[in-house]
Amino acid sequence: MKVLKFLIPLAIFAALAGFLFKGLYLDPREVPSPLIGKPAPEFALTRLDQPEQTIRRADMLGKVWLLNVWASWCEACRDEHPYLVEFAKLKAVPIYGLDYKDQREPAQQWLAERGNPYDASLFDQSGRVGIDFGVYGVPETFLIDKQGVIRFKKIGALTPEVLNDQVLPLLRKLNG
Amino acid sequence: MADARRFALAALLACATALPALAADAPASAPPASAPASEATVKFQAPAARLTAADPALEARMLAITGELRCLVCQNQTIADSHADLAVDLRQQVREMLQRGRTPDQIRQYMTDRYGDFVLYRPPLKASTAVLWLAPAALLAIALLALGMVIRRRSHLADDQFEPEPMLDDDGASDTLGRPGTLA
Repeated sequence: MKVLKFLIPLAIFAALAGFLFKGLYLDPREVPSPLIGKPAPEFALTRLDQPEQTIRRADMLGKVWLLNVWASWCEACRDEHPYLVEFAKLKAVPIYGLDYKDQREPAQQWLAERGNPYDASLFDQSGRVGIDFGVYGVPETFLIDKQGVIRFKKIGALTPEVLNDQVLPLLRKLNG
Repeated sequence: MADARRFALAALLACATALPALAADAPASAPPASAPASEATVKFQAPAARLTAADPALEARMLAITGELRCLVCQNQTIADSHADLAVDLRQQVREMLQRGRTPDQIRQYMTDRYGDFVLYRPPLKASTAVLWLAPAALLAIALLALGMVIRRRSHLADDQFEPEPMLDDDGASDTLGRPGTLA
């Protein structure tokens, strides 16, 4: 009985400490997206560089493509942009940008200064398409398959590790 | 004997901790599906309402709904009282959906379709949230059980097993109080 009185609080403490320790390594900003495995939302947006040309979800069916949400006002986009430019040189996948809540002019200048990895950027000035994609922290990146289903989402800046270890293997699988 | 007393104190403390959690959960057991939230909820979010109060009734309904949705950008605020850009957009989205006759349930569905159950400050009871919902009640039950056991055991003890009542001074103050170590 004496031993039990000593062991029970110790066990409770150990369990609590275990949970808190695990909590140290969880990122509350990484919310698992309910959109993975679901069809990408409908959209019809003009191209950033050609306001008269509209790109729709249906236009993208039949190919695997990467959608990168960015904006010229977004600090973290500056960090990931060089990796994206390098990644585009591999020509592993068509890369489309979603220019989120931005203005055409600064956005185009931003691309001119830093390089343009995108096959095209969709211009989402109101942010409505961003909301439909569940975007809450730019940059975000989606991989969408031939059937228009979202297969992967990265919240926050892309890194070479994410591109090499997650995006490329998944691309091989989806295209294979 | 000091041991038992300490144990009883711990049990009481546990109860005291568990009770508010339980009370906070209580209203959710009977969520008013489409009824507007309580007045209190609306009042607290008045600052956000000042920005666009064209239609006070619509605004109140919008705030009632967004007051129970988590803002994804600043996660400890509701969409109703966050000033984040996304929260402003989502409030506008909810306004428009209400104007188009969408029910609060449909709007909550719209949000969870995009951001998951994480946006709901009242998460639904399902397998993955069962611990969240049941733990407060379970902790309270354990604490009450422990308290009951201690009280029962002590009620069977002979009088001489207890420390004598502290002697009282003339002014009514206990002479044992304040002396270190007497509680333990």
